[in-house]
Amino acid sequence: MDSEKIIEVRSLTKKFKSLTAVNNLDLNVYKGDVFGFLGPNGAGKSTTIRMLLSLIKPNYGEINIFGKPLVQNRKEILRRIGAIVEKPDFYLYLSAYKNLEILARISGADTSKKKIMEMLELVGLAKRYNSKVKTFSHGMKQRLGIAQALLHDPELIILDEPTTGLDPQGMKEIRDLIRHLSIEKGKTVFLSSHILREVEIIATRMIIINKGTTLVEGTVEELLKSDFMQVTITVDDAEKAKSIIDLSGWQNSLKHIEKNDLLFELPTNEVADLNKHLVTNDIKVNALVPVRSLEDFFLKITEGDK
Amino acid sequence: MTTIIYVELQKMFRKWRTYIGFIAIGVLAPIVQIALYYEGSGYVNHVTRGLQDSFFMSGNLFNGYLIGYIILQALYIHIPFLIVLVGGDLLAGEATSGTYRMLLTRPVSRFTLVTGKFLAGAVYVFLLLAFLFMVSVAGSLLIFGSGELITIKGKLIIFAADDVLWRFLAAYGYAFLSMTTVLAISFFFSSMVENAIGPIIGSMALLILLLILTVIPIDALQEAKKYYFTSYMGGWDNFFTDPLEVWNILRDAGVLLLHILGLYALTTYIFIKKDILS
Repeated sequence: MDSEKIIEVRSLTKKFKSLTAVNNLDLNVYKGDVFGFLGPNGAGKSTTIRMLLSLIKPNYGEINIFGKPLVQNRKEILRRIGAIVEKPDFYLYLSAYKNLEILARISGADTSKKKIMEMLELVGLAKRYNSKVKTFSHGMKQRLGIAQALLHDPELIILDEPTTGLDPQGMKEIRDLIRHLSIEKGKTVFLSSHILREVEIIATRMIIINKGTTLVEGTVEELLKSDFMQVTITVDDAEKAKSIIDLSGWQNSLKHIEKNDLLFELPTNEVADLNKHLVTNDIKVNALVPVRSLEDFFLKITEGDK
Repeated sequence: MTTIIYVELQKMFRKWRTYIGFIAIGVLAPIVQIALYYEGSGYVNHVTRGLQDSFFMSGNLFNGYLIGYIILQALYIHIPFLIVLVGGDLLAGEATSGTYRMLLTRPVSRFTLVTGKFLAGAVYVFLLLAFLFMVSVAGSLLIFGSGELITIKGKLIIFAADDVLWRFLAAYGYAFLSMTTVLAISFFFSSMVENAIGPIIGSMALLILLLILTVIPIDALQEAKKYYFTSYMGGWDNFFTDPLEVWNILRDAGVLLLHILGLYALTTYIFIKKDILS
């Protein structure tokens, strides 16, 4: 990878008394990446994000952002980062506009009405600019959270569960916004999400962690490409197909039968042979669908780690 | 730093609890003024009863300065409880509302943030005392007029009318130190927890405890009194003595200042080291 490293984490470790939340974690995020940061609950994602934003101090390890050590260059680095950390919390007694104005002022960003209204417009809250945040739904707060993250035009955007609480339309809008920020504005996005489909759609690279340690890291394509795969084969006669399979040597690959669907788990290069074997034995194959989603991959990887 | 102070004051004065102190003073001071308007001349007669046999008392002894002095004495012990409502919320309030995360991911150092918050708290203390001064001294002067100030501190002292205003200003300056000490205590407690109720109750409990210990007439407790910061909070009254006890005033003010600086330094240290988990 020749691209410029935006985030470089080495041997990052954080312990809370006897609990090791992040253990010797390494990761690299490159310029222009939409970097998916995945892991089950308690994997150490939020702790890592908090360390990247210097909310928490690591016990050990190095964080370099924009090529500079975070500890010594905290202010300069944070000036170039916009973030949502977990749920977006605001000053509930202030209006959406006032919240953004205050945060822009602290960030040293443009506090003009035009700029703030532009941000509210971007997330669809312009009409409610003067409403107190305590009257907002969770989804609206989430949108406002995205507005505050983009307020000072950051180069790196760290989003921790940005679509939580949004309706499907809102989720799509946020996905489109992330794509727009990455592709057209050249921003680097660090995206932590529980919605794996979301990461699969928009991430260019990703990491899966568990128990504070890296399980896999790479491009989404690389990670989903595997020598072993699951495939659902829909046949005209499942019972006959099963009896043929039982005599074929693929009997251990057959994992599940539901109506006319047979679920196999087998080496990728054997799928065509299996299909041929069924057809030559007078089994009509109506469909052959590979099951290779990020969700399956994620479950396989994290369950394997248990 | 000015940005943080400005932002903190904006946040502070958009919260209802900030106005509790102003409302309390705005209600209590006029009640005392009205009561004294009808009953106050009896107080002056009582104080000067012994002198009236030997001296002819002329002029307006029941005046705005006396009322301002009485109100300050009456309310002084209660104002700390109004201060902790704001001081206890300064840091813990951010943790409670979850806004630490947004605030501390901005390009501002924790030192600047904690200092800005503390200074904003000090501005609040100043404004509250300025309001008390305006209502109790300036307001009383308007209603009751000016004149000599009569006080009793072991002996009866009468200050000339043109010798009083500076004493009030100095006393309020000292009161600012006292109240800032209270602010520093609640601010310190506020840095350690994630709920504003704790520091508010904790600071009030500490104040009540020390004030009670101060007045219990047991030798050991009286001896320990010099170690309680509350023992130095009433030092503003030293400006109404003749001759002025400059050394006592400086010593007491120094003790309070050390408390403020010490508590601020400790709070800053805790805040800079703190992991933000809220």
